Amino acid sequence: MSFLDRNARAFLLIELVQGLALTLRYMFKPKVTINYPYEKGPLSVRFRGEHCLRRYPNGEERCIACKLCEAICPAQAITIEAEPRADESRRARRYDLDMTKCIYCGMCQEACPVDAIVEGPNFEYATETRAELMYNKSKLLANGDRWEAELAFRIAADAPYR
Amino acid sequence: MPKLTIDGREIEVEAGTTIIQAADQLGIEIPRFCYHERLAIAGNCRMCLVEVEKMPKPVASCAQPVGEGMVVKTNTAGVRKARQGVMEFLLLNHPLDCPICDQGGECDLQDQAVAYGSDKGRCQEGKRAVPDKDYGPLVQTMMTRCIQCTRCVRFIAEIAGTPVLGGLGRGEHLEITRYVGAAVSSELSGNLIDLCPVGALTNKPASYTYRSWELKKTESIDAMDALGSSIRLDTRGNEVIRVLPRVNEDVNEEWLSDRSRFAVDGLKRQRLDRPYVRKDGKLVAVTWNEAFAVIAAKVKAAGTKIAVIAGDQADAEAMIAYKDLLASLGSQAIDCRQDGAKLDGSVRASYLFNSTVAGIEQADALLMIGTNPRKESPVLNARIRKRWQKGGFKAARIGHKGDLTFKYEHLGDDASVLKALVDGKHPFFETLKNAAKPALIIGQGALSRPDGAVLLGLARKLADATGMVKDGWNGFNVLHTAAARVGGLDLGFVPGQGWRDVDHIADAAHKGDIAVVFLLGADEVEMKSLGEAFVVYQGSHGDAGAHRADVILPGAAYTEKSATYVNLEGRAQQTRLAVFPPGEAKEDWRIVRALSDVLGKPLPYDSLKAVRERLAKASPVFAAIGQVTTAAWGASFGAEGSAGDGALVTNIDNFYQTDPISRASKTMAECTAAFGGGCNHKHKKTGTNG
Repeated sequence: MSFLDRNARAFLLIELVQGLALTLRYMFKPKVTINYPYEKGPLSVRFRGEHCLRRYPNGEERCIACKLCEAICPAQAITIEAEPRADESRRARRYDLDMTKCIYCGMCQEACPVDAIVEGPNFEYATETRAELMYNKSKLLANGDRWEAELAFRIAADAPYR
Repeated sequence: MPKLTIDGREIEVEAGTTIIQAADQLGIEIPRFCYHERLAIAGNCRMCLVEVEKMPKPVASCAQPVGEGMVVKTNTAGVRKARQGVMEFLLLNHPLDCPICDQGGECDLQDQAVAYGSDKGRCQEGKRAVPDKDYGPLVQTMMTRCIQCTRCVRFIAEIAGTPVLGGLGRGEHLEITRYVGAAVSSELSGNLIDLCPVGALTNKPASYTYRSWELKKTESIDAMDALGSSIRLDTRGNEVIRVLPRVNEDVNEEWLSDRSRFAVDGLKRQRLDRPYVRKDGKLVAVTWNEAFAVIAAKVKAAGTKIAVIAGDQADAEAMIAYKDLLASLGSQAIDCRQDGAKLDGSVRASYLFNSTVAGIEQADALLMIGTNPRKESPVLNARIRKRWQKGGFKAARIGHKGDLTFKYEHLGDDASVLKALVDGKHPFFETLKNAAKPALIIGQGALSRPDGAVLLGLARKLADATGMVKDGWNGFNVLHTAAARVGGLDLGFVPGQGWRDVDHIADAAHKGDIAVVFLLGADEVEMKSLGEAFVVYQGSHGDAGAHRADVILPGAAYTEKSATYVNLEGRAQQTRLAVFPPGEAKEDWRIVRALSDVLGKPLPYDSLKAVRERLAKASPVFAAIGQVTTAAWGASFGAEGSAGDGALVTNIDNFYQTDPISRASKTMAECTAAFGGGCNHKHKKTGTNG
């Protein structure tokens, strides 16, 4: 009987009709796609995107160049050089982050004792050249300044679970 | 000898041993902060608490002497609870600023807090803060981190012999501080940093620039003085960040002098990183080939009128290469005694520290002639002080009357006293004669005088007359100040037929009998005395020699090459390459090897191994790396004659700056500004008087 069955399916286009019926059903259902980049999906507060270096509310940079992020980074994407600043506080002279090496594991923000380096919500930072992905301290601080409101909210929202 | 049981293991130790020492012998680890095996026992941190059967309370194992049949338990629940309590108290006022603390990663408190600390504090009150103290340009203080273990106080009083630190107040208000009017200017002050179990005292010149885990550690040998301390070079990238001592009981125990430790920033300044040739009075950067071509032309014209003077940090490999090169060119005008010291290269016992460094601890009478061991070799001075502390030790000195951190009799300052001693007319002669192991130390200050050979001869006579050389003991000691000196003398880097010493060579250069002078890191030679000679300077730093030079060949410093040095007691030791020489600079013996090719007299060795084989052939000393090769006493040395007038004083004015590296060092310049020439902790600037 399988012979008859197979031929009947082939000639009566049953599968085609079934497929078109499914398509027809979805035409009346709500859309799941969004019109990126004009629309964006929701992000978790734990989403790990582009890195930022944060500042304290008084404008002082948080990073104290303890190099814990550099030490823990599994991809060795972070390079820090520390030195005493003019006011004798410990600061990073250099904070380089190679975004092409980074694997976005979030270990750096876990290690940071002062919540200075954080992975922010931004994932739209594609560049035309590789060189632009070699972030330095000023770029990271600028990121932090731009995203500070969002970063503070995310950290506060996630705080109860830490 | 009492027998006791620690954690179920029996051990028999000498009476008077404390529990912690017995446990160390068994390899049982007891946490400690204040206890240190080379310092007096204080028993004030209470971290080493253990339980002893039949004792009602836990006892501090560092301060409790062992008793017969004691049963000690170091790892019970009670012990852990007691230690946790102690740790909680220690952390009450500790700021926990580990992320910005230079000690972070190598901190005893950090490590032990992992084992015994709680993850949260119970204390609601604020922490106490302590104002920082000014300990000078070498030691950074963060006194809030201090846990009052008093290791620094004990070190500076006992080992360094400059009691300038103490505790002020009591209980929570106890502060470690400097005595009023005193400066922490000990030549061993860097050791405070190593001793401090927390981050209260840290390395000021390197502060905030490194983390301990990112440093590459290379075990090497110090070349800043003749002691040849064992050191560890901590490097990052191509930069030496810091120098730490390694434990070497025979040489430096575990101490290191401040110059050896802090002069390393000089390795980054004033460096010669490419060859230069003087054209129209100005040094112009050239390639190696151009520099060699200029030298070859001059050497060819000079014929045999060539000389080499080796400096204080020249390594044995480079010296043997130069010696062989000059031999093949037909000149014997070589010398490694750039200060003109009248050392006799032919009798080995005449230029060694024969008693050995560790052996000086057995001496019971000591005469110091024209030397200031505190400036010339502070770690050796600490040994002599250690000997003096044990008691039954009589020391005397001919020379300046300064503080050596131990008590000595000042006999006078000129050679007439030495003459009187040799003749047996001085009361100290009897002291030396009656001593079981008498010793003398003659310094470069005496030997580099024009009558140095006479003084050396007098010292020898004194040694013979007072029985300083006997079975198993040789108390005749020469204290060197240059790391290269003994190695140079051992391989025969001394003037041959027809030549006398550096002054002779310089005179000849002045007169035109020497046309080309090679300076192998020799900067202490009076450059004006070289006259019109063509000077080739090979070395690491742009110092006096490079200033005078017509051609500069950039060499490697002691951290940048694997090189052999023989320390003052005759111990051949090898440095290791920790960083690469800067720019186009090369290892020194390779430069000589390359030059020999250009001169058409190729040296018969192409590898370091081959050079070392050549060295071993020159003297068996170089075959026994790490070991003291002693010298037989017997052959006569020194000259007859009458000694001149004038005080027998050390020729080191400024302890902090003695060589091209330390002269280029900013830290050492700061020390000079703060402390003068060193050894003056009792007065001068204190940091509060501007």
